[in-house]
Amino acid sequence: MSTTGNDRRALPWALVTPALGWTLAFFVLPFIAMGLSSLTAHEGGGFGLSNYSQFFTNPSYWQAMVNSLQVTAIVTVVSVLLAYPFAWILAEQVPERWQRLALMLAVLPFWTSYVVRSYSWLLVLAQNGVINRALTGSGLISEPLQLANTRLATVTGFVHFFVMLLTLTIFANLKQLSPSYRKAAADLGAGPVRTFLHVVLPLTLPGIMVGAFLTFVLCIGDYITPQILGGNNELLMPQLVMMQIGRRGDFPLASALSIILMAVVTVAYLACARWLKIERT
Amino acid sequence: MRRIVRIASLAYALAVYAFIFLPVVVLVLFSLQSTSFPIPPFTGPSLRWYEAVLSDTRLTSALVNSLLVASISSLAAVTLGFLSAWGFARFVLPGSALLRGLITLPLTVSYLIIGMGLLVLFNWAGVPKSLLAAGIGHVVINLPLCFAIIYSQMGDHQINIERAARDLGAPEWKVLLLVTVPVMAPAIFAGFFLSMTFSWDEFVISFLLTRFDTTLPVEIWNLLRSGLNPKTNAVGSLVFAVSIVLVVLFELTLLRRKPV
Repeated sequence: MSTTGNDRRALPWALVTPALGWTLAFFVLPFIAMGLSSLTAHEGGGFGLSNYSQFFTNPSYWQAMVNSLQVTAIVTVVSVLLAYPFAWILAEQVPERWQRLALMLAVLPFWTSYVVRSYSWLLVLAQNGVINRALTGSGLISEPLQLANTRLATVTGFVHFFVMLLTLTIFANLKQLSPSYRKAAADLGAGPVRTFLHVVLPLTLPGIMVGAFLTFVLCIGDYITPQILGGNNELLMPQLVMMQIGRRGDFPLASALSIILMAVVTVAYLACARWLKIERT
Repeated sequence: MRRIVRIASLAYALAVYAFIFLPVVVLVLFSLQSTSFPIPPFTGPSLRWYEAVLSDTRLTSALVNSLLVASISSLAAVTLGFLSAWGFARFVLPGSALLRGLITLPLTVSYLIIGMGLLVLFNWAGVPKSLLAAGIGHVVINLPLCFAIIYSQMGDHQINIERAARDLGAPEWKVLLLVTVPVMAPAIFAGFFLSMTFSWDEFVISFLLTRFDTTLPVEIWNLLRSGLNPKTNAVGSLVFAVSIVLVVLFELTLLRRKPV
């Protein structure tokens, strides 16, 4: 591209500077502020690592991280196991012309807000909600089950969302797969089961990993679902962070906990990226 | 064997659809409840809870706030995203890959942490909690998205049209307004509607950065304290309806254009 004169050289910077400036001012700078804040003490002032050491010495904080990791792991595994066959059916068993509609329908509730979606599950799982009424009404149980305010409720709310997300990513993955692979496998005498296990599944594995990683990141950072569905019986990390802000106004500790949470996500990312690379070579 | 697979597939798919739609159906159905609890048995249909929502000034003003924040922040995000995408796609800039990485970086961080950071910064700088503060946060989350969508759609095809306009003597601003923007319109609208959807539904940033005047998701959150209530069902159904409209607009603008 021919660039002549000062005007042409200044133009590209004039185009990209607003976006870069915005990101620096309202993303990078806040992050630095959070980092500095995490090193100060809520009461008394002074710099130090006391907020971080609190996380490692206070068992209830530590427990929140353990809970978060457990819930996230369960949600990721269950969501992948539920979504994969579903995406496969949409891609393989549904006639081509209906596929788009079938997929759009399958992810429609994906677009409701977190708050509304979690509240809707509360309606289903509450003491006198739909499931308990149906079960007691049909005489299967005499006392309503405790479904809301449990880990099961949190996991259900999460799985609901991530099944939709993973269906989208896995479906796209299956459609990108050239049919010639499957034809080749069939020509070489492999039955449908062997073709699936040895050809389709390995080829879609990287896509599953990407989806699973996305699930991990979004799940571990979410406050709404565990707060509405899980309640305060068992705290997850985002709930612990919000508690420091809401009840005690302790920004430094909340900052430190957020940074620890981010560090965990980064570690997961590095582990995932390495794993993916090994897969590819 | 084939028939067994088909029947099992159908049963499985129906079960997953039922799971996906169960909460939405319950939400909408009991928003039409005529008694005061959104639990079985169904006593409707009645529109009294929708009337209650529309006569609740807190909810209606939150709805207006949400629409304002969503449209203005999306407009800002799409403008910044478009200009930077154009800059990076058309000109060779030093450190381009790094800078593009910087713009998309917020996509990898959870909303909670973006909100926390802004809260700490604004707290130090003495910026009061407000809709403006929340809007700034929404631009942070949507700018990378708009940038990525528009940048990915800027191909060689458009470069040639722009070059033709330049060769014919159009100044840079005319190329931008009369050639690039119309050619890129589908990606621009797609970025705008997707941003609208995310901003409209966003909770945690608004929750942290607003105080008295707030957005609809935060106001719904406040309603939840009163437990299960058909009014919450009604306002939730309305929120869902708006989201669907935005998503359909997004689908029509971006996805229709591509020949499948």
